[in-house]
Amino acid sequence: MSAQTPLLIVDRLVAGYETGLSIVNGASITVAAGEIVAVLGPNGAGKSTLIKAIAGLVPISGGSVTFAGHDVTHTPAHRLIGAGLAFTPQTENVFASLSVGDNLKLAAGILPRTLRADRIAEAYETFPDLARQRALPAGRLSGGQRQMLAIARALLVAPKALMLDEPSAGLSPKLVEMVFVRLADIRRSGVAIVLVEQNTRAALALADRAYILVQGRNRHEGPARALTGDRMIAALYLGGVVTDGAP
Amino acid sequence: MTPQVLVDGLMSGALIGLGAIGVTLTYSILRFANFAHGEFISFGAYATLLVASGISALIVGSDHGIGELSISPAVIAASLIAMTLTAGFALALDKILFSRLRGKGAAISVVMASFGASMAIRASLEFAFTSRPAYFSPDLEIARPIVFGLKATPDQMALLAVAAVLLMGVHLMLTRTQIGRAMRAVSENPALARVAGVDVDGTIRFAWATGGALAAASGVMLGLLVQIRPFMGFDLLLPLFAAAILGGIGSAPGAFAGALIVGLGEAITVQLAGSEWRAAFAFLVLIAVLIVRPTGLAGRPT
Repeated sequence: MSAQTPLLIVDRLVAGYETGLSIVNGASITVAAGEIVAVLGPNGAGKSTLIKAIAGLVPISGGSVTFAGHDVTHTPAHRLIGAGLAFTPQTENVFASLSVGDNLKLAAGILPRTLRADRIAEAYETFPDLARQRALPAGRLSGGQRQMLAIARALLVAPKALMLDEPSAGLSPKLVEMVFVRLADIRRSGVAIVLVEQNTRAALALADRAYILVQGRNRHEGPARALTGDRMIAALYLGGVVTDGAP
Repeated sequence: MTPQVLVDGLMSGALIGLGAIGVTLTYSILRFANFAHGEFISFGAYATLLVASGISALIVGSDHGIGELSISPAVIAASLIAMTLTAGFALALDKILFSRLRGKGAAISVVMASFGASMAIRASLEFAFTSRPAYFSPDLEIARPIVFGLKATPDQMALLAVAAVLLMGVHLMLTRTQIGRAMRAVSENPALARVAGVDVDGTIRFAWATGGALAAASGVMLGLLVQIRPFMGFDLLLPLFAAAILGGIGSAPGAFAGALIVGLGEAITVQLAGSEWRAAFAFLVLIAVLIVRPTGLAGRPT
């Protein structure tokens, strides 16, 4: 971690869909520019709710979110992408009824007019599969291509950080590997990544640091490598996935 | 049956289409059936009547029909103003009534509220303008032959062209523009739309304004071709819903197609069985679609 101020600071966040029923109960994470941070934990630990709350999709009732030096705790979701904080949900992360091209054009809407076409062309260069299918409704893409479109959509506006909710969900091991190789490329281009994952082994292999949440609170944190080797953590919170192979 | 039903059917199909777009937009974006949509049609017609009489009082001669049309420059100018007013009226109704009920309690409460709004607006129009029919122009128009023995009045031909332009405009707006993509995105997945940077509240307002303006256009056309009555929009509500549901509710091209089928079917029914059976056709379409193919022509299973 660098000594400079982190890009994203989530401080003792309390959030939940209904008032009085919080799912995130004071979780705190920090992410430095260009860093990959994994958020792990057992089912129901509040991992997804945490990044949805940061993304502005779940009401926040306590704590704060600071991004690139600005308090964005109560910034509406549609403004965050313009501030440089992108998010791709776990399921239904593309517009199935819109063509691949329209999915990207929609996302380009927050860019200045003169930049839109160039950025879309760049996205097609990065994801040639999508360029070939640009006229196809996104609902007819394969699972892996859908995930690529969701990521391409989020990256289109050149964000400083990308938050992903279970990018490996529903994908074959081969496709998971492909997606994670992409994520490593994305980090090399300078984008910080926050990764919520059930696939602990893949997430820890990719991440620089990881947080383990239990019941909406931080339980463990540290360099990914140290957590990978910690048998107690693996057995207690990660279902033994790390040491025993497949879940 | 004479081929003349084609002209009548196309004309009423176009009127129904302009109204059905609003129904289908509100449904697809807000997930509720707005029973007050018919009143936007009546509101637009009466607003045009008022503004047009104001314009013709101020500008001498502006109430004479253009060329062979009975439509005057005053009515054309007034209809554009009335479309804006009706858009504003729809936005105001959403702000003071529907938006307060959205997301609270059962979804049916919004539908019931729209039913109440429909009655209240209709009664207010009747109170203000009486239930006696009003007309934009006292001129009588004579139908003249066009092609293949079909006859149409100059007004009918002009209004068909205007309706076709408006419907094409809406189609291009939905498919080719950023706000159109935003509307389709919000109707499919509002949360993802927000994440993608779409201002969902602004998009909802745009959908209301579009629906209101098109309803007003439909009302003016109905007023020009038939007459202006406080019940004119309410009487059109059943065909509107039949067209929107036949087309697959939420689909704008489906609503155009559904409207043409309902309009032509009504005209044929009137020819074959008499005008008292007009509404029966829309009812039959509605029942048949709901039994055979509830998702409509263009609808996708949900």
